[in-house]
Amino acid sequence: MSSTVILIVVLVVVVLALAVGAGVLVARKRRISLTEAGKSEKPKDKPQGGGYATGSAISLAPGGRTETVEPPVEASPPADVEPATVAEPVEPVEADAELVEVVIEVEPAPEVEAEEIEPPSGRLERLRGRLARSRSTLGQGLLGLLGAGDLDEDSWTEVEDTLLMADLGAATTEEVVTRLRAELSTKGVRTAEQARAVLRSVLVEALRPDMERAVRALPHETAEHGKQPAVVLVAGVNGTGKTTTTGKLARVLVAGGRTVLLGAADTFRAAAAEQLATWAERVGAEVVRGKEGADPAAVAFDAVKRGVEAKVDAVLIDTAGRLHTKTGLMDELGKVKRVVGKLAEIDEVLLVLDATTGQNGLAQARVFGEVVDVTGIVLTKLDGTAKGGIVFQVQRELGVPVKLVGLGEGADDLAPFEPEAFVDALLA
Amino acid sequence: MFDTLSDRLTSVLQNLRGKGRLSDADIDATAREIRIALLEADVALPVVRTFIAKVKERAKGSEVSQALNPAQQVVKIVNEELVEILGGETRRLNLAKNPPSVIMLAGLQGSGKTTLAGKLARWLVGQGHRPLLVACDLQRPNAVTQLQVVGERAGVAVYAPEPGNGVGDPVDVARRSIDEAKHGQNDVVVVDTAGRLGVDEEMMRQAADIREAVQPDEVLFVVDAMIGQDAVTTAEAFRDGVGFTGVVLTKLDGDARGGAALSVREVTGQPILFASNGEKLEDFDTFHPDRMASRILGMGDVLTLIEQAEQAFDQEQAEAAAAKVASGELTLEDFLEQMLAVRKMGPIGNLLGMLPGAGQMKDALAQVDDKQLDKLQAIIRGMTPAERDNPKMINASRRLRIAKGSGVQVRDVNELVNRFFEARKMMAQMAGRFGFGGPGRVSKTRKGKKGKKGKGRGPTPPKVRGGMPGFPGGLPPMPTGGGGPSLPPGFAGGMNDLPPGFDPSKLKLPKNPKDN
Repeated sequence: MSSTVILIVVLVVVVLALAVGAGVLVARKRRISLTEAGKSEKPKDKPQGGGYATGSAISLAPGGRTETVEPPVEASPPADVEPATVAEPVEPVEADAELVEVVIEVEPAPEVEAEEIEPPSGRLERLRGRLARSRSTLGQGLLGLLGAGDLDEDSWTEVEDTLLMADLGAATTEEVVTRLRAELSTKGVRTAEQARAVLRSVLVEALRPDMERAVRALPHETAEHGKQPAVVLVAGVNGTGKTTTTGKLARVLVAGGRTVLLGAADTFRAAAAEQLATWAERVGAEVVRGKEGADPAAVAFDAVKRGVEAKVDAVLIDTAGRLHTKTGLMDELGKVKRVVGKLAEIDEVLLVLDATTGQNGLAQARVFGEVVDVTGIVLTKLDGTAKGGIVFQVQRELGVPVKLVGLGEGADDLAPFEPEAFVDALLA
Repeated sequence: MFDTLSDRLTSVLQNLRGKGRLSDADIDATAREIRIALLEADVALPVVRTFIAKVKERAKGSEVSQALNPAQQVVKIVNEELVEILGGETRRLNLAKNPPSVIMLAGLQGSGKTTLAGKLARWLVGQGHRPLLVACDLQRPNAVTQLQVVGERAGVAVYAPEPGNGVGDPVDVARRSIDEAKHGQNDVVVVDTAGRLGVDEEMMRQAADIREAVQPDEVLFVVDAMIGQDAVTTAEAFRDGVGFTGVVLTKLDGDARGGAALSVREVTGQPILFASNGEKLEDFDTFHPDRMASRILGMGDVLTLIEQAEQAFDQEQAEAAAAKVASGELTLEDFLEQMLAVRKMGPIGNLLGMLPGAGQMKDALAQVDDKQLDKLQAIIRGMTPAERDNPKMINASRRLRIAKGSGVQVRDVNELVNRFFEARKMMAQMAGRFGFGGPGRVSKTRKGKKGKKGKGRGPTPPKVRGGMPGFPGGLPPMPTGGGGPSLPPGFAGGMNDLPPGFDPSKLKLPKNPKDN
């Protein structure tokens, strides 16, 4: 009696072992290599840089946080489109006969049905996803049987390298890789093409494409004062391109038929005000500036005051570059914001980050965020070889969207940030 | 902030004590941590790879030392490798035999070339040269004006024949500047060029043309310490496009770890000559490889701490206080003075972060903030001079008065007074144990730290005691591993020569000849 039980058990174990072994083999065989396919495609004349390309124009929104009842001018589509887009993206279930059979065997997991009601096609994916997390042989074997995809070791290394080299940082890279692993399994990816598409979508998703990226630089109406100019404060560490960005943004606004006033609150660096004045001259905007060494808060205040009087559409305030570690300078920046706030609400605080900046970018964003409540990030110098991957971390940790991208020294080299375009440039 | 490599390694290697030597598995485990630490410090990936391979090679089979735990030992190896790469061959600026010598600056936009030009000029003036600044950045709006202002501040001549803003030929300006320098009796010419990207072929050609035109004795590649993985690509592009002979790291006053230094050094083989760490013209220094290594690893920067302490502390006062500490006669007045001196060195959290081994006390440290010190200061200031001199006389009614006067609760005053007595006792003991009061500079820092701990530690008393001995305990690895190599010889030597329990007051005798 007992011997038959043992026999049965042994048999079952042997069968299982065989099945799992087969699964592992299948999985191995099915591993996708990105390297071979990828190499041939890529043009070898690398340090080309500046892969970032986008067709759309910078979207602007009126300032005035409290009274944003009015519909955004050129901002993202209104809410009525929503119901249509929510529809489940139905995954193409490949007609794999043997897969479906396996599914039926493994399926009896009642608690899954109880808690979630989803189309059956999702269950297989969820199972794969769950298995993907376990790195055991058993899990891998089952995964193989379920037709989950995986990359070979070289490809994983390559993916990891790409991300690390783009300054995503060790932690974010690991996170993305984990996500990718799960996604590859759940989606049952089979070809390098698909794998690359999945990688791209994982990255795009990590950039939260749904964030509001319009720059609040348009005037808004208030009940008491009538038209109020939008006030934009530009801040950042030294040498990231604040003045240039301010100039370019002014140009974008002027090109859109708006009137702009520039406030040169960088009273510290030699000739910074002149640099801004040159920009203002180019675009035909007025500049309010103080003496070298003057109180930047006072200059900013004067600029806004002048802007309100002259009824311009936007006041852009350029501040001096300051390292986030200098408490005194950060207090000064806080004061600029506070003092200007007495006159008009600051609608947009743009933090200018240099794409070449590495992991320190996060520290910068964090401190600036604490001091002046950053509402948008401008990633400059993306025309070089730097990828600017630090914004992944910055966006995630601060919840502040990247709004603009600087692409060079030319007057028109300012573009809206688009997650897709950014990721394409990163993977190029 | 305190998430340092040594902390990480300590946790990985916790169970390792007592083993005879590092096993391969241990080394692999640590290699991963080192890798992450280096990546977080922005060392470029290819450099990280080769570096780790090297460290593994060295760590294999190396004896576990008696003095260091395995984590410290690995850190020591890593640190030594770092110092070796960073400082392999430090050298001085090459100047031509026949003046004028020409120094050309090149780098990305916003790396700080123009500012650096001013700093370099000032430094050269200090060395007895007569530099001439040449404005070859005709690209960026008003870069020329900026250089003129910078030159004026530095008190040197500026050659700027072209207005800039896109007008003029920088190559021509560079060429003419040499004659100008000969006329003006300038023996060093510093050529400031426009920022350019490595991928911008046209601009790189222009840089090469300028180089051809002036035949510089030094081409300095100016790189921002905050740069990330792109450092390698950029450095290679500049090496191939312009060819540089030295590197300058800027913006080191931020909190970037500066792994780029390692990347650039390793990839191009060119030495790092200068470090610039501030906005003022005098914030400019030669490069210290050992400090950079500690910084990249996120280890305590003891040397910088010592330097800051030197600036903040009055030597005689500090020595007097040290003697008092040792004899257990420290008064609240001294306490206050030391505290003020410590505070001059910057926010307390930053200072503590520089201490090696601070990671172990990070929870306690997180609670120390300057506001508490303000409070302590207020309490002590609320006391009469007599009370400060002799805290024992502070009875209940005096406490009440002090509390009212300084706007705190009586219990805060109690706490301060009690803790002061405890701290004083402990300091006296420690002073005896560590032969403290040794050579001036060191004694100053140590006392500074002590003073700070004794009081800053108000809210978390038990940790204080763990922390205080932890500090001297944290030092031993440093002389061998950390910033050790460049510690003043007087330090290590002095410490070792002292018999334990030596009365510090007698130390003044051997010390004085040394100071003279």
